[in-house]
Amino acid sequence: MATEVTEQPVQQDSGVRYAARLDQVSKSFGRPGTQQHVLDGITLDVAPGEFVCLLGASGCGKSTLLNLVAGLDRPSSGSIQTPGGRPALMFQEHALFPWLTAGRNIELALRLRGVPRAERRERAEGLLELVRLKGAHGKRVHELSGGMRQRVAMARALAQDSQLLLMDEPFAALDAITRDVLHEELTRIWAETGVSVLFVTHNVREAVRLGQRVILLSSRPGRIAREWTVDIPQPRRIEDAAVADLSVEITEQLRGEIRRHGQH
Amino acid sequence: MASTETRPESRPATKPDLAGLEAGLDALETPTTAKTPVGQLLRDKALPPVAAIALVLALWQLAYHFQLKPHYQLPSPGDVFGSLHTMWLQGTLLGYVWTSVSRGALGFLTSVVIGTPLGLLVARVAPVRAAIGPILSGLQSMPSVAWVPAAIIWFGLNDSTIYAVVLLGAVPSIANGLVSGIDQVPPLFLRAGRTIGATGPRGVRHVLLPAALPGYLAGLKQGWAFSWRSLMAAEIIATSPDLGAGLGQLLENARTNADMPGVLAAILLILIVGIGIELLLFRPVERRVLRGRGLLAGTR
Repeated sequence: MATEVTEQPVQQDSGVRYAARLDQVSKSFGRPGTQQHVLDGITLDVAPGEFVCLLGASGCGKSTLLNLVAGLDRPSSGSIQTPGGRPALMFQEHALFPWLTAGRNIELALRLRGVPRAERRERAEGLLELVRLKGAHGKRVHELSGGMRQRVAMARALAQDSQLLLMDEPFAALDAITRDVLHEELTRIWAETGVSVLFVTHNVREAVRLGQRVILLSSRPGRIAREWTVDIPQPRRIEDAAVADLSVEITEQLRGEIRRHGQH
Repeated sequence: MASTETRPESRPATKPDLAGLEAGLDALETPTTAKTPVGQLLRDKALPPVAAIALVLALWQLAYHFQLKPHYQLPSPGDVFGSLHTMWLQGTLLGYVWTSVSRGALGFLTSVVIGTPLGLLVARVAPVRAAIGPILSGLQSMPSVAWVPAAIIWFGLNDSTIYAVVLLGAVPSIANGLVSGIDQVPPLFLRAGRTIGATGPRGVRHVLLPAALPGYLAGLKQGWAFSWRSLMAAEIIATSPDLGAGLGQLLENARTNADMPGVLAAILLILIVGIGIELLLFRPVERRVLRGRGLLAGTR
């Protein structure tokens, strides 16, 4: 499945052909004997500027995989390379700090990355404008709606200026209309910034709506079961017939994967 | 598929649409807060405690009137206020209050300086927690008045004794407040902090401590209450001409002189100072912090 397998070294000024490279990544938890294999031999490249969706039922280790790529946890075996530095990560919960204003949340990310004080304010304003929240700099987190919070979280993630944005079901807790709007925003921001996105979801339509590639993980242990290239042109809409057709096909496969677990 | 392919030029056209839709969603879903008028605020918040105080005074006056206890044991509210008034005219009242408050404040601040790093250490270093965590909790439930006799023997009848007792009372509750504040920090904040680069000391400074602030403030508030209590216990027991006279000594002196209005006046002052500092100092800070985090919605 992996495309563009290159033997070139990772640190290359212009010739890095991937934003993330996972090579035979496995992860198990627990002690030997009672070990639980969560991920097994995941090999995957995310090309620069690519939008990849990881799809799977619960227990497929999607979130574990993102934690590994984010560097919050180490793989039991295999290697993960993210040549663009530490990836940015967005969670299902906004995870904004309630003791800071929306703008200050973004500025903290800038500060921790070493952006000088004088530039922070302006850059935070710029990022807020990018997520269409101009004027929300001084707002407290609790004064924002769910959709606005996720957009601030997106701005904070983008403040890391990472070449890779990891998203862990970031819209799962939102209502359908807000989610739909955020899909459009994410597509727009992805196109504007050229960031690579690795997007985890259990929602098939969401994956097809957003991704250039959809990768289906099997469960327990998580392995790559199948992969689809989505060549429906953007802008897509979640209700498009083409999105629906591919979703039906993928859902069939996903159901098959889930069904296997009932048989033994 | 057809629907998307037939209008490839529609993308710029949908932009203002999306912005408008988003603005509408934002407006609809943003929580609104209404301000309560001052008159209603006064009626809801000030009236009940004033009424309660008035009721207590009335019952007291009645008890006095019907001589539930002899007058020398239960003086009237008027006698007690007369005693306060006399002290005020003599110019001694503020002196007693100031001696105690300055001792309490100094003892409390010292406890903060000791208790805060101690709490951080217990919360973050597992062996330290295993070693002294239970002792710290145990000390917190121990009445600090029990330390007074020992402290007098160790330090003699002087300010050291008083401060030792205050510290033994307040340090554990401040440290424990910080520990429970840190324990209650949602792990999600720490993960989010790590992904944006707040690791090690920067994680403590930018994520852990601010996130633990509400618990820490609760600990400080309790620490003050313990400081004040311990101080009064120490002042009542450790009376000596060498020691500046605070409210505890005022109370003890009035008792030795069988001056019941004086005793009740001293008790009243101790109560007022304790409540006053909590109300004027800790409550506003706590409310500010909680409100800033949206943890105080609806109340007030």
